Amino acid sequence: MITATNLSKIYNGTKVLDIEHLDIPSGQNFGLVGNNGAGKTTFFSLLLDLIEPSTGSIFNNEITVNQSEKWKSFTASFIDESFLIGYLTPEEYFYFVGELRNRNKADIDSFLERFGDFFNGEILGRKKYLRDLSKGNQKKVGIVSALIGDPEVVILDEPFANLDPTTQIRLKKLLKEISGTSGTTFLISSHDLIHVTEVCERIVVLDKGVIVRDIETSEATLAELEAYFSREIIEG
Amino acid sequence: MFKKFIWLEWKSFFRSASLGKSLGLKILMAFLALYFSAMFLIFGIALFPLIKKFYPEGDPLLIVNRFALIYLALELVFRFMLQTLPVLDIKPLMVLPISKKKVVNFVLIKSLFSYYNVLPLLLLIPFGIFCMVKEDYPVWNILGWMLGMYALILCVNYLNFIIKKRFTENLKALIPVVIVAFGLGLLDYLGIFSISIYFGKLLNILYANPVLALVPLVLLIGLYFWNQINLKGKFYLDAHLKGKKQSVDTKEFGWTRRFGSIAPFLQQDLKLIWRNKRPKTTIYLSFLFLLYGLIFYPNDAYQDMPAFFVFVGIFITGIFMINFGQFVPSWDASYYPMIMAQNIPMRQYLASKMGLISFSIVVLAILSTPYVYFGWNILLLNIACALYNMGVNVPILLYAGSFNKKRIDLDKSPFMNYQGTGASQWLVGIPLLLIPIFFFWLFNKFISYEIAVAFLAVLGIIGLISRPALLNFLEQRYRKRKYVMIQGFKQKGD
Repeated sequence: MITATNLSKIYNGTKVLDIEHLDIPSGQNFGLVGNNGAGKTTFFSLLLDLIEPSTGSIFNNEITVNQSEKWKSFTASFIDESFLIGYLTPEEYFYFVGELRNRNKADIDSFLERFGDFFNGEILGRKKYLRDLSKGNQKKVGIVSALIGDPEVVILDEPFANLDPTTQIRLKKLLKEISGTSGTTFLISSHDLIHVTEVCERIVVLDKGVIVRDIETSEATLAELEAYFSREIIEG
Repeated sequence: MFKKFIWLEWKSFFRSASLGKSLGLKILMAFLALYFSAMFLIFGIALFPLIKKFYPEGDPLLIVNRFALIYLALELVFRFMLQTLPVLDIKPLMVLPISKKKVVNFVLIKSLFSYYNVLPLLLLIPFGIFCMVKEDYPVWNILGWMLGMYALILCVNYLNFIIKKRFTENLKALIPVVIVAFGLGLLDYLGIFSISIYFGKLLNILYANPVLALVPLVLLIGLYFWNQINLKGKFYLDAHLKGKKQSVDTKEFGWTRRFGSIAPFLQQDLKLIWRNKRPKTTIYLSFLFLLYGLIFYPNDAYQDMPAFFVFVGIFITGIFMINFGQFVPSWDASYYPMIMAQNIPMRQYLASKMGLISFSIVVLAILSTPYVYFGWNILLLNIACALYNMGVNVPILLYAGSFNKKRIDLDKSPFMNYQGTGASQWLVGIPLLLIPIFFFWLFNKFISYEIAVAFLAVLGIIGLISRPALLNFLEQRYRKRKYVMIQGFKQKGD
């Protein structure tokens, strides 16, 4: 579904991302982990054509993302709060995104019914603008809006951060459910190794922009990741 | 501690994202500041002889006193529109061991060094010196009077902050105040109850007894403490949040549906305009500028220069276009990455902006039809100007917009707000206004008025017909600039 070849991004002479080849097949739950500055958000931004690659290219369903806009119709994403329109209420925002994805109001209303628990009564019908919601609630709106219209590819940057424990668990359940039934390709980055190993079938570890591990998730994955990330502490 | 604050201010100024980028703007501001300083200084020096000339029978100082209240009132109005409380970014300071009082005092004292407090000095000091040195007024009385006057001016400084704090969140509460002020002004004007004369008499007493300069000083100190209490009370994060509890406006703008594929964007833009302070003000300004023609059409001085009416016509039918269009796409700066990553083709995004602006031109053109009172030729010219705006100026503006890479905070007032302003905003005015004026002047001079009007209209129609091609061009342009824009819109701060 997604292929990156010779992809690199250079800022002021520093290579922040350098991926020789990465192939993510359709329907895979793909997890991206790495410390701060490892290049996770850079990779997602390149994938969404928000920044220009220094070399190489990314193909989303065989469309070169920085040449055509066609990938937009089947790709949804939530990176940060700059993906929310602050002066809209959550409902209006959902309807707006729905309209962009050819879903009418009734479709969206029935779609939102599934998320009653997830929203915990704090989002819908509160007559508040998005800019006045808490960080966690903003995140919930962003994540749910990225699921509107059955996109084939969903990109979520740190979806678990800022969420309360109950919602984190609900989100995991939700992501597993959706990928199980619809075959959506999820790309998720996270700092939480437990969550990411639970949700993703495959985990790639980035370090200073380079892929250092590419693991099919199994029972042993969590231990392996923990060992990897604590190696420097043990050595030091 | 004050030294630390000044250090913080210094850093925030020199490390702000746009320092250096907007050098042209800084030079313009400096030029304006110098210009006004010079004007005030000249006026201050010339004030005494001028009054002597126009009111030869009165004592100039007493005449100044007579107009002092009007001056102070005007100053308050100007300060209300232009001056803002120099708020230090207090949020990060709240958790540090710095007493609230110190922060508040710093903010309040800092406001004294504002340019708006220097200007009146340029008026006051030369006038006072003139009185003492050239006209042999008693020195102590004049010094007392000057001190009292300056204290009153600083009172306006602090009064402005109190008014602003109280009324910025709720502009409607200002209406009774304005009505009372207006009423007093009217009574004064009609000579029924001349409050300014009574105020002048008080100042005369102050002049006679310079010790009384203490009264405005006490008033000043009182206002200072009032501000202090006010600000200290607001020194909580949730004090800022409290006001926002009320439920929000959820107008749907359902009638936009009939515009087909651009409808959701149109709805979006209308909400953008309606729910945010800065774009909302552009609407009010548009209606205000509709009256612009009244200044020019009846004036005999312009009757021989119909080219000037082109300027008026472009302006009144295109004021929203200019005010709103020059900041496309900066209005969407805070969520531009979303616009770029969502299922929104660039072409449609641009088409909807064009649609909205064209719609505003049509509305303003219809509203300007009563100008037919000044002659059919003016109506025809305005319609031609509207066509020209739609066909030629809208694409020019959007092209200029592709150079925008500065963020706009939607919630700030637009008066004297140069956020998001760059060189392109200044440059774009030239083709927008000068090109049609030039062509009109040319055709009007060498052929005829009708042909000149028709030529503008034809240019507009050609632009409208070739809009799809122009859109293609603009789309390419915006896609090329996309990464620079996303990067630029991320930069916060002025």
